[in-house]
Amino acid sequence: MRVNLKIKRFNPETDKKPHWEQYGVEVEPTDRVLDALHQVKWNQDGTLALRRSCAHGVCGSDAMRINGRNMLACKVLIQNIAREGDTITVEPILGLPVVKDLIVDMEPFFAHYRAVMPYLVNNDPLPPDGRERRQSPEDRERYDDTTKCILCAACTTSCPSFWARGEYVGPAAIVQAHRFIFDSRDQATQERLEILSAADGVWRCRTVFNCTEACPRNIQVTKAIGEVKEALRTGVVR
Amino acid sequence: MSQYHQFDALVVGAGGAGLMAALYASKSVNTAVISKLYPTRSHTGTAQGGISAALGNLEEDRWEWHAYDTIKGGDFLCDQDAVDIMCREAIDAVIDLEHMGLPFDRTPDGKISQRRFGGHTNNETKKPVMRACHAADRTGHMILQTLYQNCIKNDVKFFDEFQVIDLLIEDGRCNGVVAVQLATGEIHIFHSKATLIATGGFGKMWKVTSNAHSLTGDLPAAILRRGLPLEDMEFFQFHPTGVYKLGILLSEAARGEGAVFINDKGERFMERYMPTLKDLAPRDICSRCIYTEIREGRGIGGKDYVYLDFRPEQINKYFEADGNPKRIDAHYLETRLPDIIEFARVYQGIDPIKEPVPIQPTAHYAMGGIPTDNDTRVLADETGRIVEGLYAAGEVACVSVHGANRLGTNSLVDLVVFGKRGGLKMAEYCKQASFRPINKDSATKENADQLDRLRNNNGSERPDTIRKEMQALMDDKVGVYRTGAGLEEAIDKIHELQARYKRLRIDDKGYKWNTDLMEAWELGALLDLAEVTAFAALARTESRGGHYREDYPNRDDVNFLKHSMAWKNGSVTLKYKPVRITRIQPQERKY
Repeated sequence: MRVNLKIKRFNPETDKKPHWEQYGVEVEPTDRVLDALHQVKWNQDGTLALRRSCAHGVCGSDAMRINGRNMLACKVLIQNIAREGDTITVEPILGLPVVKDLIVDMEPFFAHYRAVMPYLVNNDPLPPDGRERRQSPEDRERYDDTTKCILCAACTTSCPSFWARGEYVGPAAIVQAHRFIFDSRDQATQERLEILSAADGVWRCRTVFNCTEACPRNIQVTKAIGEVKEALRTGVVR
Repeated sequence: MSQYHQFDALVVGAGGAGLMAALYASKSVNTAVISKLYPTRSHTGTAQGGISAALGNLEEDRWEWHAYDTIKGGDFLCDQDAVDIMCREAIDAVIDLEHMGLPFDRTPDGKISQRRFGGHTNNETKKPVMRACHAADRTGHMILQTLYQNCIKNDVKFFDEFQVIDLLIEDGRCNGVVAVQLATGEIHIFHSKATLIATGGFGKMWKVTSNAHSLTGDLPAAILRRGLPLEDMEFFQFHPTGVYKLGILLSEAARGEGAVFINDKGERFMERYMPTLKDLAPRDICSRCIYTEIREGRGIGGKDYVYLDFRPEQINKYFEADGNPKRIDAHYLETRLPDIIEFARVYQGIDPIKEPVPIQPTAHYAMGGIPTDNDTRVLADETGRIVEGLYAAGEVACVSVHGANRLGTNSLVDLVVFGKRGGLKMAEYCKQASFRPINKDSATKENADQLDRLRNNNGSERPDTIRKEMQALMDDKVGVYRTGAGLEEAIDKIHELQARYKRLRIDDKGYKWNTDLMEAWELGALLDLAEVTAFAALARTESRGGHYREDYPNRDDVNFLKHSMAWKNGSVTLKYKPVRITRIQPQERKY
């Protein structure tokens, strides 16, 4: 089938501001949007710049705004968003500085990630038998959902609060904090909660649910944020 | 013009092996990690089913059994002392990962949960054993995330989105690397005492592959350009269960949980070929059996695929037939294999709980690569001479722990065990070594000139055309089944493609984020690796593990119980070195 790709282009070496360009491509309905973008890049215009790697929704490189919604270009099929002759718009995710075409500067995003202590803290002596710490299947299940995060930034860059204020840590960082706050092995809950109770922490969330809709891993992001808010409100983690 | 950096230790690549090395090296020496991707984009993150270690959490197991299975799985081409190190140290490595925070699935009593995987057995009963430690079917994702988290915790220095294009090698010693900062196009010279290469695989020379777009073998190609050899390049694993046409991996964990292969007649055909392990036979064997079924007309609808069936009622039926008391349901599968079930739903529009899934073998894993000793030191030749200051670990390296065919889960075992070893050995070396002088101006100029030639080349060939022809050729002639005539044809065609590559034309003449240029660079690397692969495959006139020659269908221990070493100085030169056999003598490989 034939579709048009309308892509927001920006070349920092020649352009003052971004502009739209259109490309017609012949695709299979079951092709990914990434395949269509590759067709443009490989057959029509090699200057198109985008990040991609695994091409099946696991590495988190190719989050973009496709038809106005954040998706991974490799995880959405043409047939699910377009019919013969339709135009698909593709632009970089919002709220982060555009570097070139579909590539944004991810540093502010990773800075927020690093700010929430995204690692296990446990200062107890290790088990004397040299083996693993025990954790019940129920305790393990408690934080399962937030371990799925691939740091693609689709959630954070779909959030109006983040668009309005880039200092807000954003949904992805809260998801990362949640993964440790609710891990029974972790001992840094209070530090993380303090970080998230600050002005640019969890209270900037207005429960818009964009993040949950955008998450390509189907993480219940808004729910996770709600659980962190609840822990802050009650002082109890459960 | 270039920027200059100096570190005691450099790690190139930020997947499991690279991050593990960085974590351990950075404890005692000044270390930096250079990666062309953000670390969490690395391909370790796509590993699914598990990481094996003889923890014995659910049934009796011993690391010696793991070692025996690995050696037999590798069709006796593994260096057995290296395998012993890997399987013995796997136990502590997995425990180490748990201590770092990895969210393994748990047994009812809170230990790390384990499941079955292809080729992993109880050596006494010969039956499958539960050895693969798992976190749903995103074990690699959890390993990558956990290691990156610990690097953040330990303040490891990263150069993200820097693509290494050359090694600074002089007088048999490595003094660092040359990289391009993707955001600016600027050359950076990294001067070091020790450098560890951990850039993973290079499966993009095939079309149907589970490998990421980034897996283009930039560093192995640089090794060849710098006059150093690659080992066992003829051995590349074709994983039996790729998503039909796309090659996306559907984990062997599906079969570990009870899924079976089905042909057009509805027959569980692996029973005929491998009566004991059946669908859990090693990957090389399963892939060949699938192609045999297809060639004999039993592909689905006569086409080039078979089914992987993991409908719960089918799994239970086969459990019953096998005398296994276990029974499972849809919820169990959705919990244990959520990602691969989703892959089938998203990419094939098929619900594996209700329908069987079309699969075909997919180019998956390089058993060969940069030759190293057991301490990850890179070897300069077949006699064991080392390249001072140069190390390699993980898929890019060939220790060799995988021999002619890797067992499922052992890639993750390899990268944590040898990644850690590499980090520690490198740090040890750095403490007694000093920096050697380098000529950064000539290194800058040489590499900038190379890139500029490619950038400004006024040819007529598009990279994509050459890439597609190479990939189709490799699928066709250098795949699961190979023949002498086919490999000769492949070599001729690769030479033709290399000649056309010199007449390339790219569109992007700029510097910032010039992915057009870097993809063209990567294509050059892939062509060199394809050439070496086909040469080594042509010279090995036997069938062993992942290398199957239709014109030489038997293993030939008299002439080929040896590793190949390939150099590329214009043409390809091959030499060989013996396999290190300690406890286990080669035997017929039956399952």
